[in-house]
Amino acid sequence: MSTQLTPILTKFWDHPTSWTLETYEANGGYQGLRKALQTEQADLVQMAKDSGLRGRGGAGFPTGLKWSFLPPPDGGPRYLVVNADEAEPGTCKDIPLLMAAPQFLIEGMIITSFAIGCNHAFIYLRGEVAHVHRRVQRAIAEAYAAGYLGKDILGTGFDLDITLHSGAGAYICGEETALLDSLEGRRGQPRLKPPFPAVAGLYARPTVVNNVESIASIAPIAAHGADWFADMGTEKSQGFGIFSLSGHVTRPGQYEAPLGITLRELLEMAGGIRNGRKLKFWTPGGSSTPLFTDQHLDVPLDFESVAAEGSMLGTRALQIFDETVSVVRAVSRWTDFYAHESCGKCTPCREGTFWLKQIMHRLEAGKGSQDDIDKLVDICDNILGRAFCALGDGATSPITSAVQYFREEFEAGMHTPASELFPPERSTLFAKETQPA
Amino acid sequence: MSAETHDPLHRYTPLQASDEPYTEEQLAGLRADAQTIIAKYPQKRSALLPLLHLIQSVDGYVTGRGVDLCAELLDLTRAEVSGVATFYTQYKRHPNGEYTVGVCTNTLCAIMGGDQIFDEVSEHLGIGHDETTPDGKITLERVECNAACDFAPVVMANWEFFDNQTPESTKQLVDDLRAGTPVAPTRGASRVCTFKQVSRMLAGFEDGLADEGVGAGPASIEGLKLAKERGWTAPGDQASAGDAGDSTGTTTEDTTSDPAPETGDEHSSAAQPGTDEEKDA
Repeated sequence: MSTQLTPILTKFWDHPTSWTLETYEANGGYQGLRKALQTEQADLVQMAKDSGLRGRGGAGFPTGLKWSFLPPPDGGPRYLVVNADEAEPGTCKDIPLLMAAPQFLIEGMIITSFAIGCNHAFIYLRGEVAHVHRRVQRAIAEAYAAGYLGKDILGTGFDLDITLHSGAGAYICGEETALLDSLEGRRGQPRLKPPFPAVAGLYARPTVVNNVESIASIAPIAAHGADWFADMGTEKSQGFGIFSLSGHVTRPGQYEAPLGITLRELLEMAGGIRNGRKLKFWTPGGSSTPLFTDQHLDVPLDFESVAAEGSMLGTRALQIFDETVSVVRAVSRWTDFYAHESCGKCTPCREGTFWLKQIMHRLEAGKGSQDDIDKLVDICDNILGRAFCALGDGATSPITSAVQYFREEFEAGMHTPASELFPPERSTLFAKETQPA
Repeated sequence: MSAETHDPLHRYTPLQASDEPYTEEQLAGLRADAQTIIAKYPQKRSALLPLLHLIQSVDGYVTGRGVDLCAELLDLTRAEVSGVATFYTQYKRHPNGEYTVGVCTNTLCAIMGGDQIFDEVSEHLGIGHDETTPDGKITLERVECNAACDFAPVVMANWEFFDNQTPESTKQLVDDLRAGTPVAPTRGASRVCTFKQVSRMLAGFEDGLADEGVGAGPASIEGLKLAKERGWTAPGDQASAGDAGDSTGTTTEDTTSDPAPETGDEHSSAAQPGTDEEKDA
């Protein structure tokens, strides 16, 4: 029996006005909040733990555990900050969620804020998505008007304000401490940890930083219970998640499924690789997760199984590339990205990505030297684990995995340009040969 | 990135550009808006990013006088404000076109056609990355992943989504924008607003366009569509069998299905997300 999709957060995205409070409430919205407000705060934290929900922003840290790290209340403010800076290449789930059904996030934020004793929560939304800003602004305004935000929410005496904050174009701000610096009006550069945000986060106060999908998932968990969520997925990777298929598949898109589904199953659902072509390589969770190949079609897409195969589940951003694509060209472009987005704070990442980029450009142009592959691997070895934050590690993932699986293409980069071996026009969406008859 | 063909140091920087003072009217408006923004935060420095968007909504880029004003409003030095303004790519250091057209050339979009789109549009307009057409209408950019990979290749016009683009469609887009013909994004408001208008919205001021456009594009609901065709639901959902395949059936379905029961064993086999064999595999 193959795995089936479980539309929960995506359940009514096809409604003509899916983003309104009215549509959300007609689909059970704010039932979870009503239950949560009648529940002890500690029990809500326990609920999040029992559900098994792990962070949906890439790292997979248990959400309830993160909440429980906050020190006991001292009378001062505590903050919830939602990371809506979705920018990991390939990742495209939070942005459509916020465009189609932003109330999931708002309800999840109210429940979470109540659970952790927060009266002022923030959404850090990347700036490059105008219409998503409008939808979230409207969702917040509707929630205030309905009495879900503001003073004395639903007569419980609980107060909460939500501030929507616009980023301004910096991938690094998806890193939680860089995000906090940015939210404080600074350059978005990561902080030294410890102290962790739970102890000293926004304005040096106890702060929970969670991904959009994590917090959105709290709303249905509160409505249906921790067991409902925990019964989905695998033993250690519980619940559902949105799997984002992109690239050379027949029907790219968002597929919400229990964790543990395989790419083979998802590809079947998405109509397979386009025009009957062959799968060459793919990312399980964005460009910062080591590449997989057609050997990995049956790896259950849960945290443990993907890790056991040498990659990471990340954000479930499944970027699919067929055999027309040069892996050297793909990796070279990702390397450009990391070099561009490196914040410059630490030397291994700032200098290392700059070096990697030059070597990748040489190889892509067919002008690589004999020792370039070794040099790439050596530089990666010197960045991995030595950078200030995960951006540096991420920069090495595509390179080391591509060398592992496709070394011969890097060797070809010593004499033949990638564009000769793999003419780029064959890979495009609008390539003549891929047009339906 | 891709700076090889361009001087990486632009002639203008915030501290050199536009020292002409704001008019009394502009200043009064900016100060009033700034107070609205500052009031949203426990500490006023947090208002800096939205304030810089606000400056761009008036000046079209981050000007020297804008930097001065932010510094004054937030009790920062000009250097502190400039340091922030120059960190983020959405803050422009020189006059921006009325429309920023950003072609995603991160790996996936580039391979799906973004590289070809950028090259053809660049040639069509006669400008490169971060350059503006002489009429001041279009600033062309290569942009990084904009979280719409299932719609690749993607082009953003003033941060509105243009999905599944081709070189021809994007050339048409820039021609229409230059000619002043209203252009509707694939997913977004009914028309592309100007750079200044969008900057104001990003500063936190609603523009009343939230109800325009679709909730989700076709790719966003591929999984949902398939689930309905195959009668798959999440545990606890009481989607009646008759709803399967009805693409707009949520309204009728949901009036009866909530609040969803929490009882453990649901009747429908379709409600089981995965089997134990798979979990143990």
